[in-house]
Formats: sequence, C-alpha cells, structure tokens
Amino acid sequence: MTANKFLTSIKSYFKRNAGILIGLVALCVAISFRSDRFLTQDNIMNVLRQISSNMYLACAMTMILIAGGIDLSVGSIVAITGVTAGTLLNMGVPIPLTIIICLVLGGLYGTITGAIITNTTLPPFIVTYSMMQILRGATYVYTGGTTVRVDNRAFINLGTGYAFGFLPLPVIYLLIVFIIVFIVLNKTSLGRHIYAVGGNEKAAKFSGINVRRTRMFVYIFSGVMGALAGMVLCARSYSGNPLAGDGAEMDAIAACVLGGASMAGGYGFVGGTLIGALIIGLLNNGLNLMRIDSYWQIILKGIVILVAVYVDYIKNLKKNKAN
Amino acid sequence: MAEQYLLEMKNIHKRFPGVHALKGVSLQLKAGEVHALLGENGAGKSTLIKVLGGIYEKDEGELSINGKPVEIKNVEQARAAGVSIIHQELVLVPHLSVTENIFLGREMKKKSGFVDRTAMRAATQKALDEFGLSLSPDAMIADLNIAQQQMVEIVKAVSFNSSIIVMDEPTSSLSDKEVEALFENIKKLTAKGIGIIYISHRMSELQEIADRVTVMRDGEYIATKEVATTSNDELVALMVGRKLDNYYTRTFNECEETVLEVKKLTNEFVNDVSFTLKKGEILGFAGLVGAGRSETMRAIFGLDKVSSGSVKLNGQELVGKCAEDILRAGIGLVPEDRKNEGIFPSMAISFNMTLKVLKEFIKGIRVDTSKEQEIVEEYFKGLSVKAPGPETAIGSLSGGNQQKVVIGSWLASKPKVLILDEPTRGIDIGSKSEIYAIMNDLAKRGVSIIMVSSELPEILNMSDRVIVMRSGRISGELTKEEATQERIMQYAVNI
Repeated sequence: MTANKFLTSIKSYFKRNAGILIGLVALCVAISFRSDRFLTQDNIMNVLRQISSNMYLACAMTMILIAGGIDLSVGSIVAITGVTAGTLLNMGVPIPLTIIICLVLGGLYGTITGAIITNTTLPPFIVTYSMMQILRGATYVYTGGTTVRVDNRAFINLGTGYAFGFLPLPVIYLLIVFIIVFIVLNKTSLGRHIYAVGGNEKAAKFSGINVRRTRMFVYIFSGVMGALAGMVLCARSYSGNPLAGDGAEMDAIAACVLGGASMAGGYGFVGGTLIGALIIGLLNNGLNLMRIDSYWQIILKGIVILVAVYVDYIKNLKKNKAN
Repeated sequence: MAEQYLLEMKNIHKRFPGVHALKGVSLQLKAGEVHALLGENGAGKSTLIKVLGGIYEKDEGELSINGKPVEIKNVEQARAAGVSIIHQELVLVPHLSVTENIFLGREMKKKSGFVDRTAMRAATQKALDEFGLSLSPDAMIADLNIAQQQMVEIVKAVSFNSSIIVMDEPTSSLSDKEVEALFENIKKLTAKGIGIIYISHRMSELQEIADRVTVMRDGEYIATKEVATTSNDELVALMVGRKLDNYYTRTFNECEETVLEVKKLTNEFVNDVSFTLKKGEILGFAGLVGAGRSETMRAIFGLDKVSSGSVKLNGQELVGKCAEDILRAGIGLVPEDRKNEGIFPSMAISFNMTLKVLKEFIKGIRVDTSKEQEIVEEYFKGLSVKAPGPETAIGSLSGGNQQKVVIGSWLASKPKVLILDEPTRGIDIGSKSEIYAIMNDLAKRGVSIIMVSSELPEILNMSDRVIVMRSGRISGELTKEEATQERIMQYAVNI
C-alpha cells in the first residue's frame, strides 16, 4: 500500500519534471564527453557542495513564490551574515552562540520584510529590493568594503568538513533543509495555506486562512535560510565578504522557475527546484571543466535557462490545448 | 421574397480536440430585435458568440450580414462587420478615463499626429448624453460601479457603429433598478435598428426585454420561439430537455430556537444592523446592489472591522475574532464573487474542498489520506459534482459545478450557520435547482442559512423570512406570507 503510493508519487515526480530531467541528463552526458574529470566522485561532491548555498535560498524561495511573493533580499542577507559571523567569532564569541545569533538576525531581517509586506499593499518586489540595498549597504559601511578574516578552525570545518569521510557537510545541511521544506509544503496545513494564499489570496481570506501569518512565515524562513547560506559561505571561504551572495537571489529564483514554480504564485514544487539548482550548478561546473571563457559562461548560462523555461512553456501550452 | 435578416448564422460547426462544441447551430437576428440566447452552461452559447466575435474560427457553416456572406476570422474583422460583444467580465482599462476607454486603440489624431483630446472628449460627452448618462467623460473606470461600467461598454459598442451587439449576462451583477435603466437603453438601441443578442439565465427578464428566443442544448440548435407566444416552463423544458417539476425545493418548518443574534452591527459600510436567525431557517437578504448586504456578511464573518455592535452565535460573542476563529465557531460564508473570492482555480477539486478542514486529517506532519479522501468523496458525490474526478482543477468546471464544490467545502466544516451570498449567480438552471435542493436539505437538518440574493423569485420561493436592506441599514423585515415582489421593492428603494 505505502510502497505503491510511494511509487505513484515517484512516477508523478518524473512525469511533472520530465522536461528538465531530460535536460539534466543531456547536460550530464554532454559534459562527460568533453571532460574526463566530470563523473569523478570528487567532482560530483564538489558540484553538490557548490549548489548547497543556492539550494538553501531556493528552497525558501520556492515557498515564497508559491505564496505569491518574491524575496530579493536574500543575497544581501548572505553577505551581512558572513560579516556578522566573522566579526562575532573574532570577538571570541563561542560558535554555537554565533550560529544562533546569526540565524535569529536572519529571521529578524525576514520579519521586517514580512511585516512591511503584510501590513501594506507595497509590492514584495520593491520592498525586498529596498531591503537588499539597505543590508548590502550596511555591510559595506561596517566593513569599509574589506573582508573579515576568519581563523576559527572549528567553524571553518563546519563549511569545509565531511560526514562519513566523503559527504561534504553543506550537503548534509542541504538535505535537512530540503526535507523540512518538502514536509512543510506537502504534509502540513501550513503548506496548503501557502499554496492557497498564492493561488487566490481573497479566497484564502474567505476560507478563514490567516494570510498574514502564512506570508510572515515564508519571509522569516527565507531570512533564516539566507543566514544559513551566509554562514556556510563564510566558513567555506575563511572570511566574511561584503561581496558574497551578490546575485544569489537571482540564481535561487532561476532554480525555482526551472523547477516549474510559477512567478504568479500558487504553483511550485521543491523537488523541481532541486533539479533546477542541479542544472545551474552542473552548468557552472561543466563550463569550467570544459575551460570555456568565464565571460562566455555568463552568456551560455542565460541561454540555457531561457531555453529550459521556453521548453516548459511549450509543454504547458500543449497541455492546456489538450484540455 | 424571404425576409432579409440583419445577421444569419447557418449550420455553424466548431470542434475542439475531443469536443464537438457546436453541432450545426443556426441563428437569425432581425434588425431592431432583441434575440435571447438560452441554454444551460456548456450548451455552446459562449462558443457561438466567440465565433461571431472572431475569437474562435468556425470549422463549418455560413455567416451573412444583411444578406451578404462575410468571413470573420479575428476580432478586427468582427468589428469591421459591425459586431460588438459586451462580455460578462467587463474588459475596460481601470485606470483610464471613460473617454480614453471608448477611443482605446483608435484615438482621434490632430494633424500634427498627436492625440486630439478635445475632440474625443466632446464625442464621448455627446454619446453619453444620447443615453442620458450623467457620467463625466473624464471619470476613471475604476471609480465607476459595475452598472456604470457596463453603460460605458454599451456606449463604446455603439460608437463603433455596430449594428449587432451581443450582451453576455449583462444583468448578472446589476440591481433591479439598474436593470431597468439597462433595458431602457436597450430599447433606445433597437429603435435605431440595432440587433441585440441577449444571453441571460434569468427567465423573468426575457418576457420583459426579448422579442424572440433561440434555445441551445449540448451544442445543438433546439428551437427558436416568439417570446410573446411561449411560456417560461416551455423554455425551461427545451433547455434541459426534460421537465423540471420542482424547480424550487422547499419544505417549511417551524423554527424557534435562536442561533445567531446580530445586534446594532455598525462599521464603515453598515449601520445599526440587528436581526436574529433561527435554527433550520432560511433567511433571505434582499436589496439593491450596494445596499450593504454583502458588507453585513463580511462584518459577521470577521473580514471587515466592526466599530460597534455584537454578533452572538449560540450566545458566544464573535465580534473582534478573526475569520479563522469564526469559521471554527461554526459560520460559513460562500462569497458573492465566486471566481475571485471563492475558488483556487488552478488547484484540484479536492484541495478546494478540504482547505477549511485540514485540521481533521492533518495532525502536525501526519496526513491521514484515507480520511481526506473520505471527506472529498462525501461532498464530491453527495453534491453530484460533474467532473472527471476530484483531482480535476476546479477552474475547468462550469460555474454551477464550481459553486457546488465551494458549497461542499463549507459543508465539510459542518457549519451551524451558512451564509450564501448570491448562491446561484451565473449558474445554469439545472445546477440552480440542485443548489436549492441542497439548501432545503441543510435547513431540514437544522443548519441555519442566510441567503443574500438579488433574484427576487429565489428570495420569495426559498426564504422563511426576508430582510430588506437599503443604504447600509435594514429597511424592512417580512415573513414569507407578507413577502411579495412589490413590498420588497418598496423597502429596497427609497419611496
């Protein structure tokens, strides 16, 4: 019974994401032909580690997009958190306390954004854009544009270490975040409320759903995920860099949309987002392995994302016609 | 010689993948007549109109205007042929003025090539005067009410020199007084020789406004009748293909126990509203659109702030609580605007049905799927929703079936009081009748119902008592014996 149900959900997962899954496989095949190093365990773990930070943000972004919002501030939260963490550690604050402070601060940024969005009719785009500027600016003001070096080995290990000798720790965090978001979206009332709020806000209100609380949750969660990504990046790069996370919000949004989420709200799947993030990660990795000029990489990345989204659009168009 | 028709549609066929939507439909429209198009939802009325308006291209059949064959393949060609369609959902641009909307896409230009505002404004003023509308050409569409917007649509259609105007459910959101004004304007149009195709679900209007009526069913042409020599019963029988014996189902019971007590409810929109609702009662709320009926319901349900007064459900004070708590206390509200307030169009029927009762089968992170299915099955089957299955997206259903799902979603929450705001708006006759039966059944089982409705026949046939509102206040209360169309109207309009 349960095994059967599991099979059907796996089946529907493949069916729903058929387009980009094929793209993902094609991408892997193409890159592996051009590079011997691509399919090595080292490289695969490397890719997974690289997509981790994007996935923390993208998982939260999936919920935000489904709820009909958007969060541009996460990239700046990454930077300010890295700097905060570095500063606290250098002041001698113990690691657990540093982590807690950073996560709470991340939640606080999300709370501010969420409070403004839920208490006004200001568009989330512009509110979170302003937040993005404010936080990024604050980071520059505090550091004067220089990086904050981190020497705390134990903290650095949290970003660069391995579990079971081969699985990078950031990937472990990724799995935890993914599972949390998957459960929230699929197994809880809150998850259905998120879909309802993005699907039709008015109808959600008439259904007795607390729209404000639902929205607040997704923005706070996004802030916390921004903080997580900031700390992991800080640990991996031995420093809090005010430039960190620049454009990260866009990569996160791209992963969500590649994974089938609708920018208009009400539709999206965190499982799809994972594939979206993998495509972006593999692309970065593959283009590097193929020694393609880094400026050209940017162009190619844009083209691939555009093509992927377009294929999806055609697929939906056909589906709608068939109905 | 055969009579020349203004518009003749002959043997029109339209096929969609898997659906033969129009199976040889014919329609003849004379100049200066109002020709009603009747049929249940899904009968093909909209498809036929879309073929006429150039939104769909017909697969087979002939179309001629004033005896000359014409090809209509897109909206421009339809417009050039003199066809204007006023859709049920108005398509005006909200943040532009009346003038700008009327001349949208065909702005008058000065020699310099710039837009000639003075000339357009003058032309608009002239057209508005012609219809005796006291609107300013500079008024923003967003500031107008629906009736006024509709008049702007009509003025726009006429300004295109249209000889054929199609009105799709023009009265569905108008009050009786506004309907009267609309009918007067329709008469002005027909006097000019314009032919009007009129789609409506309200049978009572046909006698008043239409000359002839064509009935469609399941994409087929059924019959064309002179309105003067036919009866509503005959038309209904033609529409549904069988006789509807009990259109209204209602068994009246003695109701004594008070369930809901509203006292001096006052807020931004309503003033001093007091009434009681008894167990198993259907309480009709009549009045003109904008009289504060929906606003009263919103206030009771905690969607709008209440400045003073009380709402007590079995003695429990509800004012100041949020919608979520009021829902849990046992009140349900089926909103007026189904599309915008009632449904999650892209989501499955099952999602829509269970959203209010998630607590019953989701505990923390454990979802009891069999319990969930049980709830869905109960109301999907119980209300005989016509859909391929509970996983179908609700947006693809007909209005009547959508409404059944919305009602089902509320029934799942086991309400003591169910508020139905315009429960049958834009719904075909068959589904209407089913919804009346559902209401009757609920009342019998002891659920108290408040029915806000602008359709007087519905109010008169279904209500135990009728409350009439006017400008945010209760202006009268009638028992079912006292309630007549005239008395309700007396209270509804200021005499």
